[in-house]
Amino acid sequence: MRNICVIFRKQVIDTLKNKTILIQFLMFPVLVIIMENAVKIENMPEHFFVKLFAVMFIGMAPLTCMSAIISEEKEKKTLRVLLMSNVKSAEYLIGVGSYVFIMCAAGTVIFAIVGSYSGVELAQFIMVMSVGIVLSELTGAVIGILSKNQMTAAGVAVPVMMIFSFLPMLSMFNETIKNVARITYSQQISDIINNIGVSGITAENIIVITVNFAAAVALFTAAYIKQFSAINRV
Amino acid sequence: MRKLNGSIKTSKISKSFSGKTVLKSIDLDIKNGEIFGLLGPSGAGKTTLIRILTGQLSPDSGNAFIGGTDIRKITGRERRCFGITMDDFGVYERLNCYDNLKIFAGIYGLSKANIKNALKKVGLSNAEKTAAGKLSKGMTGRLKLARAFMTDPDILFLDEPTSGLDPAAAAEIHKMILEEKRHGKTVFLTTHIMTEAEKLCDNIALLNDGKIVEYGKPKEICRKFNDKKTLKIHLTDGRDIEIPLDKNSAETVAELISTGKAETMHTTEPDLETVFMEITGKELFA
Ligand SMILES: Nc1ncnc2c1ncn2[C@@H]1O[C@H](COP(=O)(O)OP(=O)(O)O)[C@@H](O)[C@H]1O
Ligand SMILES: [Mg+2]
Repeated sequence: MRNICVIFRKQVIDTLKNKTILIQFLMFPVLVIIMENAVKIENMPEHFFVKLFAVMFIGMAPLTCMSAIISEEKEKKTLRVLLMSNVKSAEYLIGVGSYVFIMCAAGTVIFAIVGSYSGVELAQFIMVMSVGIVLSELTGAVIGILSKNQMTAAGVAVPVMMIFSFLPMLSMFNETIKNVARITYSQQISDIINNIGVSGITAENIIVITVNFAAAVALFTAAYIKQFSAINRV
Repeated sequence: MRKLNGSIKTSKISKSFSGKTVLKSIDLDIKNGEIFGLLGPSGAGKTTLIRILTGQLSPDSGNAFIGGTDIRKITGRERRCFGITMDDFGVYERLNCYDNLKIFAGIYGLSKANIKNALKKVGLSNAEKTAAGKLSKGMTGRLKLARAFMTDPDILFLDEPTSGLDPAAAAEIHKMILEEKRHGKTVFLTTHIMTEAEKLCDNIALLNDGKIVEYGKPKEICRKFNDKKTLKIHLTDGRDIEIPLDKNSAETVAELISTGKAETMHTTEPDLETVFMEITGKELFA
């Protein structure tokens, strides 16, 4: 537990100095405040930007942050120093993961306030956002764990992040894209968020998210076993 | 924390990377509390051996024991008794020196005073608030040493601790290493600087192409290769003469001294640098 706290604290201290990570956490929460207050178009659905940016936020921030943090520590070999100091790889990942989760949860709170969610709808919104954050974190962790350095990690993380964060937006305008996007958790989360207060969660929502989750856990486990079984792969 | 006996014993350690043999049957016997130097040119396999001993890499064959324990059985907890600095071990560049050490103080349960002490010991007290990424190469090296020393390890593995440093900075590090020895630590260091080894090490091994070509006390190795056995005398008139070191020369030498003609005298014992070249036909800085 102590080691997890140490890693968590390290990330907190690093945040203000790490602009690329900081931007990820702040961009969409700030953007949603601006757009919701500045842009008023007739016939625009209520809280359009909240629903749009919330999904982009969870598709982007947890994924890129996890992969950037882990791959940087692999490249600089600070992760190896930690492991040589008897920090367990699980402790490290939980430390970084809980930090990213809390930062993204803070962003989620901003979305919730701007979207004026309350009661059951608020609970539903926070829940589905949390699931999205965890799924994106797992995906980002897999990329970070398997990459040798930040360059290769970014090379994989950017396209993957684009799929998860932009497909739900593009599918608003194009049925074909929507049919493809349906298999991603971010599209399903987008559907749930858009239906909050209108209709409930569908079976499709649950099934697709569950399958995505199972796949992410499987990938994560495989990557974890592959890279952390020998210290020289870290 | 459990104290580890700092003895290191290896027997027939070999390692290859994709068919290329990097270490060939390495035998070492290092006593608790000694400073051992592994010398050799770049690419000789020094770093690879440290990686094996510290559990970052497994050997293809052979055995190694630290404090009597097979390195394959050394647990993460016991590895905490190692203080390791390696070239590629990074620091948290955006964090300042203090925060860098604080991470490891947190892991090892050390106090703020421990961190301050460690920074003082390596002369980084004034750089406490400087981001590690802004330090010079020498200062980064010292921060890494502080990180390795702070935890009061029983064995220090220092991979080229002075490489790239100016002589003054290197001398500082030599002082620190000797200080650790005084506290009973075993030090395993690698270097390609022969004078450094001569100055610091109780025992050295010369590594060339993955094989140990000489092993022993630096002085003894040099003496062994002193095949010329002559005395070099610089005369007051500017000439240099070399005379054999035997009975028959006694009179000549005595006369040169008594008449005040001799300015300086040296034995022609080779230094490690020369010995190394003689054995391998290679220069250390190739
Ligand atoms: N992980 C690795 N994969 C392949 N070759 C390696 C690896 N590590 C070291 N080598 C090779 O092993 C040889 C010895 O390297 P090293 O131990 O770093 O030497 P030194 O530290 O004495 O300079 C070099 O030729 C190097 O290229
Ligand atoms: Mg080396």
